[in-house]
Amino acid sequence: MKKNLTARTVVIVVTILLSVFLIIDIPKSGADVVKNLQNNIRLGLDLKGGTHLVMQVQVQDAVKADAEQTADRLKEDLKKQNIAWNSMDVNEVSRVEDADKVSLSIKGVPATQSSAFRSLVAERYPSYVLTAQNSTDYTAQLKASELLDLKSDTVKRAVDTIGNRIDQLGLAEKSVQPYGGGSTYQILIQLPGVDDPARAKELIGTAAVLEICDVKDGPYSSRDAALAQHGGVLPLGTRLVRAKPRGTSEGEQWYLVSKSPVISGREMRNARPGQDDMRKWETSFNLSPDGGKRFGKYTEANIGNKLAVVLDGQAVSVATIQSKIEDSGRITGLGSEEESVDLSRYLRSGSLPARVTPNEERSIGPSLGNDSIHEGIVAGVAGLVAVVVVMLVYYKRSGVNAVLALVLNTIILLAAVSWFHAVLTLPGIAGIILTIGMAVDSNVLIFERIREELRSGKSVVAAVDTGFNKAWWTIVDTHVTTVVSCAFLFLFGEGPVRGFAVTLVIGLIANVFTAVFVSRTIFDYELSGSRQLQELSI
Amino acid sequence: MQLFKNTNYDFLGKKWPFIIASLVLTAAGFASIIVRGGIKYGIDFKGGALMTVKFADTPPLEKIRSVIPGASVQNFTDPQTKNEVEIGIELQEERELNLSRQKMETALATTFGQPNSGKLDFNNASQQALIERLRDPLARNGVASSEPQLQKLAADLLNFRNTPPRSGLITDFGQLSSVPGVNAGILNTLKQECYLSPYTVIKTEMVGPKVGAELRNKAVLATLYALAGMLAYIAFRFEWIYGLGAVIAVFHDTLITIGLFSIFNEAIDMTVIAALLTLVGYSMNDTIVIFDRIRENLKITRREPLEAVMNKAVNQTLSRTIMTSGLTFLTIIALFLFGGPVLHPFSFALVCGVIVGTYSSVFIASPIVLFWHNYTDKRKRPRAALLASAQARPETAARKSPSRAVK
Repeated sequence: MKKNLTARTVVIVVTILLSVFLIIDIPKSGADVVKNLQNNIRLGLDLKGGTHLVMQVQVQDAVKADAEQTADRLKEDLKKQNIAWNSMDVNEVSRVEDADKVSLSIKGVPATQSSAFRSLVAERYPSYVLTAQNSTDYTAQLKASELLDLKSDTVKRAVDTIGNRIDQLGLAEKSVQPYGGGSTYQILIQLPGVDDPARAKELIGTAAVLEICDVKDGPYSSRDAALAQHGGVLPLGTRLVRAKPRGTSEGEQWYLVSKSPVISGREMRNARPGQDDMRKWETSFNLSPDGGKRFGKYTEANIGNKLAVVLDGQAVSVATIQSKIEDSGRITGLGSEEESVDLSRYLRSGSLPARVTPNEERSIGPSLGNDSIHEGIVAGVAGLVAVVVVMLVYYKRSGVNAVLALVLNTIILLAAVSWFHAVLTLPGIAGIILTIGMAVDSNVLIFERIREELRSGKSVVAAVDTGFNKAWWTIVDTHVTTVVSCAFLFLFGEGPVRGFAVTLVIGLIANVFTAVFVSRTIFDYELSGSRQLQELSI
Repeated sequence: MQLFKNTNYDFLGKKWPFIIASLVLTAAGFASIIVRGGIKYGIDFKGGALMTVKFADTPPLEKIRSVIPGASVQNFTDPQTKNEVEIGIELQEERELNLSRQKMETALATTFGQPNSGKLDFNNASQQALIERLRDPLARNGVASSEPQLQKLAADLLNFRNTPPRSGLITDFGQLSSVPGVNAGILNTLKQECYLSPYTVIKTEMVGPKVGAELRNKAVLATLYALAGMLAYIAFRFEWIYGLGAVIAVFHDTLITIGLFSIFNEAIDMTVIAALLTLVGYSMNDTIVIFDRIRENLKITRREPLEAVMNKAVNQTLSRTIMTSGLTFLTIIALFLFGGPVLHPFSFALVCGVIVGTYSSVFIASPIVLFWHNYTDKRKRPRAALLASAQARPETAARKSPSRAVK
């Protein structure tokens, strides 16, 4: 019995030390304690202040872009094979749910060439399924599996791109991740400590789609001037983009560019600011091999013409093609270092393969966070003090057992929060406070049972023994049911609610340890002292 | 000291007043929900834009309402958050999210701030904005500062502003003189470049309506699944009717709490769902402790009727129940009184829940089991009596009586 006691005491002491270590490391001074505490216990957005964003990835944009690129390539292929056609269109879709409805319609293929057409499509575009509408018209849609891949790939790339952009904000603990399950195509962005959510959102979401387009005509001083030059109607396959205003230059500049880009952001791999031999600023960039091939063909055929780097419908840079560019090139003629840096940043953070729009946004100012922490701690301490007082008064010296178990419970809980790098939210603090309440329950169960056994005349040792044994299964039952409800809370809740579920579950597990094992050891310690303990202070 | 030793109250005999009280409360809850036109959802479930703004003085509610048309403007009655206002706009579509926020910010700035003065609003400035604003003027006024020094100064200033009791609002630049590193030169620069608006935005929340509806469904599903899970566990550990009784009791607790929310016009958001699920767990706790005792007693007693056994079990666990409920209630009251406005709905749910949850274990869960066993016993009684008289050994009779067999 005595050996067992020593072993158990060792286990308890080791647990205490380990827990304290996890919370405050090995502090070298008083201030160190606070610092380590802050490092180890990560606070959630609602306690620290910050921004929480849920963005919807408009995956239909990516599907449409793919269809449009396919249309362009198909046109070239058909020309090569001398297959005629009247028109090729991709339909407009505006909602995420309609992404599956994107289709490329090809009209006017002569019936005589239909088999040649079909075999061409089957050979060169295996990811598309061709359906004949009648003898001359067809629609092509992405195969279902390819469509699914494209959509989830789009979300992944959006996550990466946004992650890159946020990196540039220099935040320590940000997180960007897919959210809400596969078919919702949402992204969760959490920016703790960010006190200017407008700026963060600007960086993340507004610069959406990057394209390099062929410049047909320009610059014009206004939209109307451009239209006037072309008889009031834009030529087929072109659009007007406005140049991004630079500094204090007055007036606008409009360019006529091709509707579908030569290169889209998907092919952009890297970009750096730099200076050329004459100390003029330029931005050099790299493309993917596929993009490089296409860009090479285009630039070779268009030396002397202009191309425009279009970002979210604005031309951020217009450059003249000096020579054939394959997969690495330079954009020269930039006005300043800032321009070069900005441009490379845009190019490098890739471009979002599809627009992202906000579905949910929460910003907590840092002052509210401070207030909440303050209030949470006050409530926690008040609750704890009340419980301790009542326990001591009602159960006398055994109350001390319970209080020790409670304190240990809280310490283990905080240590677990630190170890799992879990984030402590305000509901999490509420969870801790609730754990205190439930931990009390276990202790009360055991003590009341011991009292009952004592009343029925059992000896002290036997009463303690029976008390713990009888109460054990009840404790198991009650804890399992609460853990079950926490599991569902974790599965279905989000953010702060999950924090609550996690702290409560950890607290319950710690509680089984402290209320049964630790409390029992303390009792046994008391009882092992004098052989014939007649009375138990309980 | 020991309260409640060896009590012998006839709890189950007095079940009817409590059952009726429960029914009345539930009905009142439903009535309130109908009268108020549905459950009042928080922004999590309803979608919309909500901005919490703290004012230096009593907030002019009417003025705010007039500059932001269509918004619901609410003042908090909590003494700690007396001057805080919640401005809410309903959103019909996800697209309006950005617009609404800009609308509200601009309206506040034009009405209460000084947007045309060319100065920076100190009370609503971000760290970066403050640095950018102060960099040149500080140099001009002869206060030399390197970039790291500027960063630290801005951080210290804002930290001072954000900690209680200022909590985000500075009313006079003089208050800043106690910030480390602030001298007269810096104060002057601040007064030149910044002004102090009488309000600060402490929180904005915007949830698209589609997202809100999704969250709501998930929350309801979570609660239902949790209940099913618990029913299975209890049916496994006791008898199926015990599981059903426990679940009905818990369901009743949830319904009454939601009803009370409606009566007191509190909003239900995600943290309230967390509270409800906690309450479910807690009420289950209570019920299981009593069931456990009933099971234990049934193993020992032979011919006592179920009602008597149940009463005995409740009396035996009475002191534990009072203590635990009392102590849990104490901790929750601490949360309710000191936990602040963010936790307010959460702690309110738990306060109601603990009270209702405790009495439901005794007066709802156990009677259900009792009713069922009485009903099935009535139908089996002729046969059981025959069996009992035919058996020589009383233990076998007790063991064979099917309505009492518990694992």
